[in-house]
Amino acid sequence: MFEKILIANRGEIACRVIKTARQMGIKTVAVYSDADKHALHVEMADEAVHIGPPPANQSYIVIDKIMDAIKQTGAQAVHPGYGFLSENPKFAEALEAAGVAFIGPPVKAIEAMGDKITSKKIAQEANVSTVPGYMGLIEDVEEAVKISNEIGYPVMIKASAGGGGKGMRIAWNDEECREGFQSSKNEAASSFGDDRIFIEKFVTQPRHIEIQVLCDAHGNGIYLNERECSIQRRNQKVVEEAPSPFLDEATRKAMGEQSVALAKAVGYASAGTVEFIVDGDRNFYFLEMNTRLQVEHPVTELITGVDLVEQMIRVANGEPLSIKQEDVQRNGWAIENRLYAEDPYRGFLPSIGRLTRYRPPAEGKLGAGIVRNDTGVYEGGEISMYYDPMIAKLCTWAPTRAEAIEVMRNALDSFEVEGIGHNLPFVAAVMDHPKFISGDMTTAFIAEEYPEGFEGVTLGEDGLKKIAAAAAAMNRVAEIRRTRVSGRLDNHERRVGTEWNVALQGVDFDTTIEADHDGSTVKFADGTKARVEGDWTPGDSLARMLVDGEGLVLKVDKITQGFRIRSRGADLKVHVRTPRQAELAKLMPEKLPPDTSKMLLCPMPGLVVKVNVAEGDEVQEGQALCTIEAMKMENILRAERKGVVSKINAEAGDSLAVDAVIMEFE
Amino acid sequence: MKDIIQELQDRRENARLGGGQKRIDAQHAKGKLTARERIELLLDEDSFEEYDTFKAHRCTDFGMEQNRPYGDGVVTGWGTINGRMVYVFSQDFTVLGGSVSETHAEKICKIMDMAVQNGAPVIGLNDSGGARIQEGVAALGGYAEIFQRNIMASGVVPQISVIMGPCAGGAVYSPAMTDFIFMVKDSSYMFVTGPDVVKTVTNEVVTAEELGGASTHTKKSSVADGAFENDVEALAEVRRLVDFLPLNNREKPPVRPFFDDVTRLESSLDTLIPENPNMPYDMKELITKVADEGDFYEIQKDFAGNIITGFIRLEGQTVGVVANQPMVLAGCLDIDSSRKAARFVRFCDCFEIPILTFVDVPGFLPGTSQEYGGVIKHGAKLLFAYGEATVPKVTVITRKAYGGAYDVMASKHLRGDVNYAWPTAEIAVMGAKGATEIIHRADLGDAEKIAAHTAEYEDRFANPFVAAERGFIDEVIQPKSTRRRVSKAFAMLRNKQLTNPWKKHDNIPL
Repeated sequence: MFEKILIANRGEIACRVIKTARQMGIKTVAVYSDADKHALHVEMADEAVHIGPPPANQSYIVIDKIMDAIKQTGAQAVHPGYGFLSENPKFAEALEAAGVAFIGPPVKAIEAMGDKITSKKIAQEANVSTVPGYMGLIEDVEEAVKISNEIGYPVMIKASAGGGGKGMRIAWNDEECREGFQSSKNEAASSFGDDRIFIEKFVTQPRHIEIQVLCDAHGNGIYLNERECSIQRRNQKVVEEAPSPFLDEATRKAMGEQSVALAKAVGYASAGTVEFIVDGDRNFYFLEMNTRLQVEHPVTELITGVDLVEQMIRVANGEPLSIKQEDVQRNGWAIENRLYAEDPYRGFLPSIGRLTRYRPPAEGKLGAGIVRNDTGVYEGGEISMYYDPMIAKLCTWAPTRAEAIEVMRNALDSFEVEGIGHNLPFVAAVMDHPKFISGDMTTAFIAEEYPEGFEGVTLGEDGLKKIAAAAAAMNRVAEIRRTRVSGRLDNHERRVGTEWNVALQGVDFDTTIEADHDGSTVKFADGTKARVEGDWTPGDSLARMLVDGEGLVLKVDKITQGFRIRSRGADLKVHVRTPRQAELAKLMPEKLPPDTSKMLLCPMPGLVVKVNVAEGDEVQEGQALCTIEAMKMENILRAERKGVVSKINAEAGDSLAVDAVIMEFE
Repeated sequence: MKDIIQELQDRRENARLGGGQKRIDAQHAKGKLTARERIELLLDEDSFEEYDTFKAHRCTDFGMEQNRPYGDGVVTGWGTINGRMVYVFSQDFTVLGGSVSETHAEKICKIMDMAVQNGAPVIGLNDSGGARIQEGVAALGGYAEIFQRNIMASGVVPQISVIMGPCAGGAVYSPAMTDFIFMVKDSSYMFVTGPDVVKTVTNEVVTAEELGGASTHTKKSSVADGAFENDVEALAEVRRLVDFLPLNNREKPPVRPFFDDVTRLESSLDTLIPENPNMPYDMKELITKVADEGDFYEIQKDFAGNIITGFIRLEGQTVGVVANQPMVLAGCLDIDSSRKAARFVRFCDCFEIPILTFVDVPGFLPGTSQEYGGVIKHGAKLLFAYGEATVPKVTVITRKAYGGAYDVMASKHLRGDVNYAWPTAEIAVMGAKGATEIIHRADLGDAEKIAAHTAEYEDRFANPFVAAERGFIDEVIQPKSTRRRVSKAFAMLRNKQLTNPWKKHDNIPL
């Protein structure tokens, strides 16, 4: 076995590989850029080598620098992780030349699968199901109709040079095919100056399902079930699970066997992933093969019990696979949520900066299942602009899908991330979405269910009452503590009452709270009751409560006369007031937030590089208004709609805070 | 007998109705609560003891004898906030516009006298149209009587003003002399002369809100210490502030039970200081991570953001915090930040509140606007305030402590009791580059030599150890253990006794 390996990557995946290597008794070498000097993977590794400035193209993907690091440390093998050099055949070649093992597939396999057209051809030759289509040039309308009939409707008519939906039509019958062909051709000619058209099957209700394969250098290959990754935002996977709630045994077997056949066809030897698109009738079509460890590999590990990194290392060491196809388990259900530093309330804009608080849920048993958190960050660390804004991959496993989702909900509720914007509320909302719960989703899930973006979760009365009851109980503790201050007037102490009005999400509940040794009972005006137990004390940022016996984890911050409570993707201001305070609060005018629709706000803290317009200018939709530099990146802010600039509040050189008003429109 | 008691009840009810239902409705329509509703929100339930309910004015001019409402436009008395005594007056805009008459002033003076004698804060809820013009000089006299009492009470009991409606003309000078002024957004304003007079005299056209609204006074003039969305929020936050304050200058600051570990380590503070010395970081993160339960009551949040002032608790006891904020103007000292912090330090010293200072200061802001504005005297205010303060003073230098600003920020030389530095501290006369350019002026043309000299200077002074060798720093501490270190220092100082030489009063550079 190797004595020392180098991990040519950073972040969570570097940490993940180091963990397994350490378990196997292998020493590890980390590489790092200037931006990662204090990163977790550097701290975890036995050795670390500095490889240059922060941009990846000056450090992590410079082959020579990695080779130097190998020389310096005498590492015998390299794990590339994902991204960076993981699918770069030149890197694999350089390692081969230097006599260093690449913990990944052979160069030829990388090359063969690296090209979309070649890989599709190889797949077809290996009898892997591919999207039916005609790649050649189509002469005229009648040929198009003929081809479409051969493929079977619906079909997609596409401009060869196309992109961004231009020159693209979907046809469900001959008539639409004739129309579509002509208009596609015209559009392609005018938009791209190239009117070549091809036709392929249009996959309806598409789902993204992929097969994990594992091969050795001795001709053995197995598949380790599938992962479903249909929940994507702009082709970026957000939620993954294994197995897929959609596949049946026959389809799984067919997909698995075809995947192994493809892997063998290219002489694959390592862990790899064959991606398919699957339609509503469980027809599956090959998309591409990823010749590396996938981001979402932990869900496969959780249901199969196989450590994929260990297997990769063993295969690279020349060992034959010790697992046979019939040994592969499919035990329970695993879900992964990718936590990104992307602000869901601001159109998922990347949010960089300091993690002032980072407290993931404890790994290990939780309720009916298990929590696993793959991460490369720590509290006080930095999410840098130079790399993928991933914070962590939170995975849960449980015997059933429903339980795995429930464990995930609780894990998300107790996951504390502050200092930057992140998508935790969004993934929490997905976990409660009926379509996700039923397993009935397609790759269009996010676009269809959140067409206007994410605006937070609105809780139903049941959920609100639970939070109201918890808030009433917490408030009681906080108020009683306030009365214990020194300097009181003896015998004239304040007595904390039992009647409290709890207002949240636009509704309010009159409650009566009765406390005893173990907790409190909160009675609502409609006669219902909630029993609240928990050991929350003021200052705790997490309240772990039992409300009517059901576990509830709330993120709690103090606000005037109440709490900000975050739970299940909802972000609530909860006011707890005495009945009289509530009565008087109702007299207060409702202050609407200022109308910012006619303003250009600074989306991030940054420096004004240039203001492109002047007061009085008429601007068109999409016109550049101002350039803001944030962390060395220039962001051009454009007009959302046509208008006239009435006032400009910033000039080049100004340093602006987030939401600063840059200019106003008439 | 029963009849007589019934008459008392009737009279009381009459008094409690203030200016009558119509005016109460008008007050509500403006988004404002009545004087009595405000007292209900400020004080513990049923704790209010009212005095002078039946007091009425004595004016007989302009038909005023026909209109002598009970209470004369102000409700006065005392009650408790979380069981601790406070005196309160609440002007009633529904009664003669809350205007100040001789008798109205007498009511306020009465409770102020009680407050000073009995040692409890005075909270004034201001909502008044101004002096009662029908009374002429008698009303003016009333104001001055209040002023005199504000002055005598200053430093004896905390005085808090909440501006909850108009407060114009001479009326502003009573709140101006209290310790804290809070305003309600959109429904309160303060100015010496209103928009009409401004227009007549200077031709300036300005709205009342622009001239003296909450935004103006919290962001521009610094007259107010904070602003709140509405009456309910403002009064709840005043209650929260009172929980931090001692009742008078003879008492220690209050202590309340706390749910936080004194020895809590915050490892994230070890990475708070960025690698690049020119990069800012948020000093508030340090404050909230050191404070009990992360609870921080900030004073003058919207003014002179380059310095932060406010209250926290350590081991349950109130501590005043002053901290440079690198996020704003690199945390430098200037006229505004010096004035802001000086007043805060003096408040803490008046009322025996220990002071915790976090230092990251590159120096004083240079420039003509600063010099013409008298930064010399304003900067001296903070220096003076720190130097005269006899309360426990603990200082932590996190990064830069350059030049005169080092001396000013509660340095050892100004009787700092315990002065800590993080290993990232740089205590020097100035930044390395500037220092090198002066010391090695001859080499200015040679970039290489200058760079070498700069590195040499950095090696020598860009650390806390030169100061520690001299004992100007008592200990270099790990950032993560700041809470424990600072709490222990204040614990050690609980019985500190230090008295300044007798004087009538000092002559701080005003």
